[in-house]
Amino acid sequence: MTASVQPVSNHRGHLETQGLSVSFGGHQAVREVSCRFAPGTLTCIVGPNGAGKTTYFNLISGQIPATAGRVLLDGKDLTRLPASARAQAGLGRAFQLTNLFPGLSVRENIRLAVQAARQGPHRRGFNLWSIANDHTALNEEADHLLELVSMTPLAVSTAASLSHGNQRKLEVALMMALDPAVYMFDEPTAGMSADDTPVVLDLIRTLRAKGDRTLLLVEHKMDVVRELADRIIVLHQGALVADGDPATVMASPVVQEAYLGSAADAGVE
Amino acid sequence: MISRLLSHDLPNSRALAFILGVLFLALLFAPFWVPSIKALNLAAKVLIFILLVASFDLLLGYTGIVSFAHTMFFGIGAYGVAIATNAWGPSWSAVITGALAALGLSALLALAIALFSLRVRAIFFAMITLAMAAAFQTLASQLSEITGGEDGLNFRLPELLNPSTVWWEGNPFGINFNGKMLTYYLIFVAVLLLFLALLRIVNSPFGSVLKAIRENEFRAEALGYRVVHFRALSSVLSALFATAAGVLLALWLRYNGPDTSLSFEIMLDILLILVIGGMGSMYGSIIGTVIFILAQGYLQDLLRMASGLAKGIPFLPALLSPDRWLLWLGLMFVLAVYFFPQGIVGRLRDKKQ
Repeated sequence: MTASVQPVSNHRGHLETQGLSVSFGGHQAVREVSCRFAPGTLTCIVGPNGAGKTTYFNLISGQIPATAGRVLLDGKDLTRLPASARAQAGLGRAFQLTNLFPGLSVRENIRLAVQAARQGPHRRGFNLWSIANDHTALNEEADHLLELVSMTPLAVSTAASLSHGNQRKLEVALMMALDPAVYMFDEPTAGMSADDTPVVLDLIRTLRAKGDRTLLLVEHKMDVVRELADRIIVLHQGALVADGDPATVMASPVVQEAYLGSAADAGVE
Repeated sequence: MISRLLSHDLPNSRALAFILGVLFLALLFAPFWVPSIKALNLAAKVLIFILLVASFDLLLGYTGIVSFAHTMFFGIGAYGVAIATNAWGPSWSAVITGALAALGLSALLALAIALFSLRVRAIFFAMITLAMAAAFQTLASQLSEITGGEDGLNFRLPELLNPSTVWWEGNPFGINFNGKMLTYYLIFVAVLLLFLALLRIVNSPFGSVLKAIRENEFRAEALGYRVVHFRALSSVLSALFATAAGVLLALWLRYNGPDTSLSFEIMLDILLILVIGGMGSMYGSIIGTVIFILAQGYLQDLLRMASGLAKGIPFLPALLSPDRWLLWLGLMFVLAVYFFPQGIVGRLRDKKQ
């Protein structure tokens, strides 16, 4: 199965997985998923619970080593690199389960992400002899991101003290701070209040409108998928079972059977 | 100006700033006001332990690495000076060569431990460092031809540092301006500079990554920080500062043996001091060290007084016997942890908010 949407583009962020697989014990959680993702396209990854969506993300961003297959970014093989090297290569990841630096302030959380991604005298954290607060460019950028997720008043609170919705927003802000070529959102609005959800969705819309980033979105909420997706791929029991533009994929019999049936069950939980 | 020297990491609490100011002045003028040689020994020990505990804080409090090999590096520093001056005589070049060799050995060992074992789970790393420290202690007491074995080494230092070298005779203050005092100030300046350097490191971009790793190493890696590199560098730095503390200890005592610098008891003391003072805030090492060393030095005297006062009351004198001082120290520790889980510094800083 090949990617149906692949506009010609000079932008960075051409992501490709070739036969990507992983097994835990005897269970094959992701089975030979081959797929391409291009800049300027938002791809929604859907599938019932346990279909391997998050695991597929983990294989791409390097949290789990693949048992077989390859991950390529702009033609460069990342399969053997640790997660940190993949992040530096341009793969940004926001996690489904909130994953922050709980004891540090909100500003410090973001500042760390900005520092990780920028070249500069801070040398991505290997500068031992300057004072972190003196790197004003990093601080200003962190403050700008705080504003973007409308969390400026919370700058000095610790991440642990935030509400769930604000933690989710901070999670997304950390990835935005990296400004990666590929954004990987894993259910960014799960469990968010009606006030916070639009903030995050607006961020995604803005990124999509820019048209030069590769956006991957694992999402359960079908209204969000319908609105945002340029393309949908469907995972079922670890395998890629459908790929194409939203209307076609939603209508295809394999999805009706494999996903939407189970999605109804998932909605009950 | 002061804020810059402290890397903008101010005490952030009026009480803490006041205590630190008083301690700074007390230690600065210690040779002029302390009543006895014993007291001056304690003051020097306080200085050396502030550096030793602060270097451990870089590892445990900031990076979140539990290591039991910290006294090994402390011992390497002390043995470096001891062995070099023992072999080459009391010259400055011997002292400096010994110190540099010790720093080099510590850096290599710390790097080796880090690269071989920092990838494993924290508990295994702690066990590996424990085994290394035990092996090193055995080695130091077995290689008696080099290290003096269990007896340790007595050695002479350059003449300038000798207590018998008096360089202002008949001065109006009636105070001994001798080599011992010079050694004290050498230690004072070294500890002050190295402490400020540590404060600088933990407030640098590097230091903020260490804190991130302590808080959530998984996310630090996902942001693009190669966690194992940062941890290894933190281990090496911490070992180097501990080695420097060991060098200073040798300069002060002009003796070194396994019990003075390598024993596991010192490792436990370091842990206790850090927990009492407050982890993850360099200032905790100062407060903790002063309390702990004063308690260690004077609790027995205090108990002797108390048991004298309690004469005639049943049980109490026995309970307050100076021989029971460890019991009371233990009790103080339990209470400190119970009431100040963030350490004394954490408590003082919290109050302000």
